[in-house]
Amino acid sequence: MQEIKEFVPNIVAFCCNWCSYAGADLAGSGRLSYPANVKIIRVPCSCRVNPMFILKAFQRGADGVILCGCHPGDCHYVTGNYYTRRRMAMLFDFLNYMGIEKERTRVEWVSAAEGARFSQVMNDFVKKITELGENRRITDLRVKEK
Amino acid sequence: MTDLENKIIERAENLLESGEAARVVGWKKGEFYFDPSPAEFDSKEQLRDFVYNGFCGANLSKYLIQVSKKPGKTAVFLKPCDTFSLNQLVKEHRVNRDNIIAIGIECNGKLDIEKIKEKGVSAVTEASETGKEVTVSSLYGKSVMNKEDILLIKCLTCKSKKLVGVDETIVLGEMEEAPSDRFEEVEKLEKMTEAERFAFWKSQLSKCIRCNACRNVCPACSCVKCVFDNPQSGVAAKANDDEFEEQLFHIIRAFHVSGRCTDCGECSRVCPQRIPLHLLNRKFIKDINTCYGEYQAGEAADGKTPLTDYTVGDVEPNDVFNAGVRK
Ligand code: SF4
Ligand code: SF4
Repeated sequence: MQEIKEFVPNIVAFCCNWCSYAGADLAGSGRLSYPANVKIIRVPCSCRVNPMFILKAFQRGADGVILCGCHPGDCHYVTGNYYTRRRMAMLFDFLNYMGIEKERTRVEWVSAAEGARFSQVMNDFVKKITELGENRRITDLRVKEK
Repeated sequence: MTDLENKIIERAENLLESGEAARVVGWKKGEFYFDPSPAEFDSKEQLRDFVYNGFCGANLSKYLIQVSKKPGKTAVFLKPCDTFSLNQLVKEHRVNRDNIIAIGIECNGKLDIEKIKEKGVSAVTEASETGKEVTVSSLYGKSVMNKEDILLIKCLTCKSKKLVGVDETIVLGEMEEAPSDRFEEVEKLEKMTEAERFAFWKSQLSKCIRCNACRNVCPACSCVKCVFDNPQSGVAAKANDDEFEEQLFHIIRAFHVSGRCTDCGECSRVCPQRIPLHLLNRKFIKDINTCYGEYQAGEAADGKTPLTDYTVGDVEPNDVFNAGVRK
């Protein structure tokens, strides 16, 4: 008999050190839960994330990639996230132009004080990706188990 | 030899003779009429091989990165689209502008030998243009073709006939504007569904043999060390093992030149697999125009490029799909 496996998406979340990562911490200390399949990668600033990071995450099996940074205007480095915003706007629309589902990529601004929002954002994103299903369009099939 | 070609060679000769320029960068006769290639000319004797005909599609500006570091001045002949590339390179401090004498020349669109071959004409020995018609001579006779049918893709949708930032010009007649709109095909793709677009790009990109010609020819791609030369980049050096590698290469290549791509069209011209790479670059150009205001890379040699700039009210990445981009 074949085992029917429930689809559990792999989510990669790039979080900036100063706001969103601290927001995740706050969510933890406030005992607010977010799905365990969200893998957080801490970056110094959201603008440290270059498009290659996002593609690599997809290559290695991510089903969705979310990028979190300080709210525009609140960047620890003053303007970093403004550049992120432009780059990601261009990249996301471009990925969609190549046929990648637009729900697979997301940017959210989460401050250090927004633990509840962090958990909310992650729960929502995981829900979306679960509905969307496995990422097959932008992945390296060689790194898949089967 | 056309009047224009004569004038150009004459100017090249007196630049070298007077010592104003130590060398000239132009196009050299190839083995056949239809394959002139970019070359450096140091003396009047060498200029005997200089040509400027309908097949001089190659953009010479990238060569200036190296050449402008040599002692003495270099004169270079640039078609309108090539002048944008030079300007962009100057803006990025890649070319030493003080060492360059830029001569803008007339261009009414260059011909695509592949399109001529597709029409069943091979062994081309000459192509003379008269208005909208081209008389193509070959070893087997002559045929008259509609110029629009045999233009390079980049010339069919040429962005501008302006000669920007040049020191002098050689223009004998009125230059004609391009016959079609350069964003038309991008819009067609935008109107498709995600699945259709995916299928389109998959079929196109799977032809890629990773020869790197598109990267190497691009005047905007001028890094000394390229991310794709890194063995860790995850992109196999030659033919790709997995479709992901094709996507990765093409997404990153197009992204790295976004905001700096002048739409010179060289990438699509040199691709041996005839992958429409210009449709990738033009998507970025179109999105930048819609989201951040009209911008033409290479038009000015100063100022910020859109992706090294921002405004407080920029569109959010999650909304870009509806921010008027998907019209
Ligand atoms: S990406 Fe293509 S069109 Fe753009 S500058 Fe480079 S070669 Fe020219
Ligand atoms: S020139 Fe064409 S075949 Fe060569 S790497 Fe570029 S897209 Fe691929």
